[in-house]
Amino acid sequence: MTQTDNPRTGAVGDTLSPFQRVTGFHNWNRYAAVNDEFVPIHMDDEAGREAGYPTAFGMGNLQWSYLHNMLRTWVGDEGRITKVSVQFRSPNTKDMTVTANGTVTAIRDEDGARVIDLEVWTEDGDGNKLAPGTATAVLNR
Amino acid sequence: MPDSNLSDAMRSAVGTEMGRRVSFPIAESDIRRWALAVYYPESPPREYIDAAYAEKTQYGGIVAPQEFNPFAWLAAEVQGPDVPAEGNDPDRTELVLGIAGPGLKFQLNGGMEVEYGEPMRPGDVITAVSRLAEYREREGRLGLMLFTVIEDTWTNQRDELVKRTHTTLIRY
Repeated sequence: MTQTDNPRTGAVGDTLSPFQRVTGFHNWNRYAAVNDEFVPIHMDDEAGREAGYPTAFGMGNLQWSYLHNMLRTWVGDEGRITKVSVQFRSPNTKDMTVTANGTVTAIRDEDGARVIDLEVWTEDGDGNKLAPGTATAVLNR
Repeated sequence: MPDSNLSDAMRSAVGTEMGRRVSFPIAESDIRRWALAVYYPESPPREYIDAAYAEKTQYGGIVAPQEFNPFAWLAAEVQGPDVPAEGNDPDRTELVLGIAGPGLKFQLNGGMEVEYGEPMRPGDVITAVSRLAEYREREGRLGLMLFTVIEDTWTNQRDELVKRTHTTLIRY
């Protein structure tokens, strides 16, 4: 399995360069400020504990952004992201290192354009998946 | 446990529009701040903060990151029932539809699936229309699970598709 930074020369099984962040209030507060998402479970450890977790936890929407950040870096100016899906399975608790990953699962031609399907996911520092999903990109002709 | 949590009123409501929002025009600074937040603590890619650089990309100018939300800080226009978005009332979907909900205790965001069309650019005005797309049920580990799919379609001022989102809510 090789890492690919060029969607034109990649092959099935290739992995994308990961997008990684150590997460906590510095990231979440900034995201709350742009998405107007000031919810106690994302701002206050006590509220996170009341919800059953050891600390406050980050927004699912920010995991969604991290997946897009990884995909954008990979596809660059060669094409466009056309589909992304995700399931939110586990929370991103405070100080967790979150990594967005992707693997090429299929390459096909559709109406004369090169279409690439991927498996994508975020994971914690131990490799446990937080938000698994899929994505599709179409390369420019 | 009931055989189904779906009432006739709920079945009849599939396809019903749940609300419509129109954004304020997207500002370049909205895009810049969004990019700063989602790439923090590193600098965002240059195409979000440097218009001259962005002109040389495939988009010919600054575009918003695909997941950008132009409705975050108020919408210019909101149509639909006045049901608070905050809180997590599991019957919120049916409250919006004006029908009785199943009264289930727990609700989770099961995930979302998005199809992207035209990118969002500075000056664009986005219209979002949400609709009840589907109810389905399945027996799960925690009992009978009700899946509700909401479709949210965004178009720009030229009526081009910007994105279509299917969000699945899980109730039990």
